[in-house]
Amino acid sequence: MTQATISRRGGGHTRPRRSGARKGFWAALPTPARLGILTVVAIAAWQLYVSLSGVDALLFVGPVDVAEHLVAGLADGTLTQATLTTLRILGLSFVIGAFVAVALTMWAMWTQFGSDVLTLLGATLSPIPGLAILPLAMLWFGISTTSLVVVLLNAIVWPIAYNLRTGIETISPTIRAVSRNIGLRGVREAVAVLLPGSLPYILAGLRSAWAFGWRTIVGAELIFGASGQGGGIGYYLNQQRFFLEVANLFAGLVLIAVVGVLLEWLFAVVERVTVRRWGMQASA
Amino acid sequence: MSATWSDQKKVGHVGETTLLEVAGVAMAYGESAEPVLRDVDFSLTKGERCMLLGPSGCGKSTLLRAVGGFHAPAAGHISLGGVEVVRPGPDRAFVFQEFDQLLPWKRVLANVAYPLTINGHRKADASERARSYLSMMGLDAATEKFPHQLSGGMKQRVAIARAMALEPKVLLMDEPFGALDAQTRSRLQEQFREVTSALGTTVIFVTHSIHEAAFLGDTVIVLGGKPARVIGRVPIERVDGRNENQQQVEARLQELLTDAHEDGGSTP
Repeated sequence: MTQATISRRGGGHTRPRRSGARKGFWAALPTPARLGILTVVAIAAWQLYVSLSGVDALLFVGPVDVAEHLVAGLADGTLTQATLTTLRILGLSFVIGAFVAVALTMWAMWTQFGSDVLTLLGATLSPIPGLAILPLAMLWFGISTTSLVVVLLNAIVWPIAYNLRTGIETISPTIRAVSRNIGLRGVREAVAVLLPGSLPYILAGLRSAWAFGWRTIVGAELIFGASGQGGGIGYYLNQQRFFLEVANLFAGLVLIAVVGVLLEWLFAVVERVTVRRWGMQASA
Repeated sequence: MSATWSDQKKVGHVGETTLLEVAGVAMAYGESAEPVLRDVDFSLTKGERCMLLGPSGCGKSTLLRAVGGFHAPAAGHISLGGVEVVRPGPDRAFVFQEFDQLLPWKRVLANVAYPLTINGHRKADASERARSYLSMMGLDAATEKFPHQLSGGMKQRVAIARAMALEPKVLLMDEPFGALDAQTRSRLQEQFREVTSALGTTVIFVTHSIHEAAFLGDTVIVLGGKPARVIGRVPIERVDGRNENQQQVEARLQELLTDAHEDGGSTP
């Protein structure tokens, strides 16, 4: 009896199959079309909610308002300036961080002592959220760009160093043997073989370093306020809260998301013209 | 049978002087391990193609890596042109069996030219020389490709061109055709024989294929036993680069290997 029920149930799979066909239609669309449709639907739903629900405009604004404020903020330079300030500090930290990470990892590859130092520092420092270091950095370096850079370095160095180390360790032994055979040693070998040979991992490391860094700096600016001539995007957000400029808050968030997407895209482009082109990484 | 071969002297290399000397070499994996190979003595003259033939796992590749300077022998000495081998170097250019021996981020031409620039050639000169060696290996059409766009056979040809362009004192080949399909392998063997004959390249070539050894070698050094040692040295007469006695040489090599296999277990 039970068996019959089960087998009947087992045979009655028409419904999932039909919904499978509908999913097939959606999946058959090209990716930009799918994402575009989703974006339009989400924005329309957002606008509908704002127009129909009568939500307090002091707390929640619609996409049209946000777009207006975003354009205005970019045009009058407040948003542009804030974003550039943030990116400038992040970029500076990125360059320093990459150098530190490469130097540390090379030291770790060449000496046991360096390897132990990297393991110990990485294991103890990398779990500390960047923002947790901020209070100490503020005591030591004051409210300055230096404090931000120090906090960012902790977010940036470890992902790059770890990935680079893994990358170098996974370079094929044949390639390592070839590099010694043709007479490469030391720094020259590092630049000519070890770095390009571990590029897929380096890019993965830069990607996660960037992701950690971008979150950390926006967070740090929220706590920190301005430094130098102007505040960054996090500082901007905090100011808009003071002035109850909800539309500007939304605009700031949209901009942060857009910058994030653009940088991801940049990494994808770099991957395409390097490691994919060289056949070092299968396309995702 | 064996008289036929042992009576023959190697021909074609007049004024022979020893280029490479392997004396009393033992190889072991790890410091305290039993040697896999011991009391290996042989020498090489300039322009000689020397095949190291032996069963899989007899330590012939390990021996070649020692000549390459990658491993130190557990005992004995290896010297090239009277200088003891202590580290890897371009005077002993190496071709590996693995297809991943090219730098994936460099195009074919750069893969061959780059080692030359490291070793003191000017860029233009390196590039020109790389082109001529690639051309010799029949790779004119592939110079601008990336390694991952090449077939296994082409990759190995690029690796051979790269090693030969360095004009090493001795070219070290570690079963470079071992992972190729039969057709490609025999085509490459023929090409390799022609090019090295034309240039007079000195070669040590590791193989476990009796046919390959008889086809390519001026001399075949047969390794066997446990631990392995040299159990025979078979010179091969060549007319126009061809081995006229391919069948007989193969039979002789087979005999040596079979004998070694039979007393292999009892040899201490």
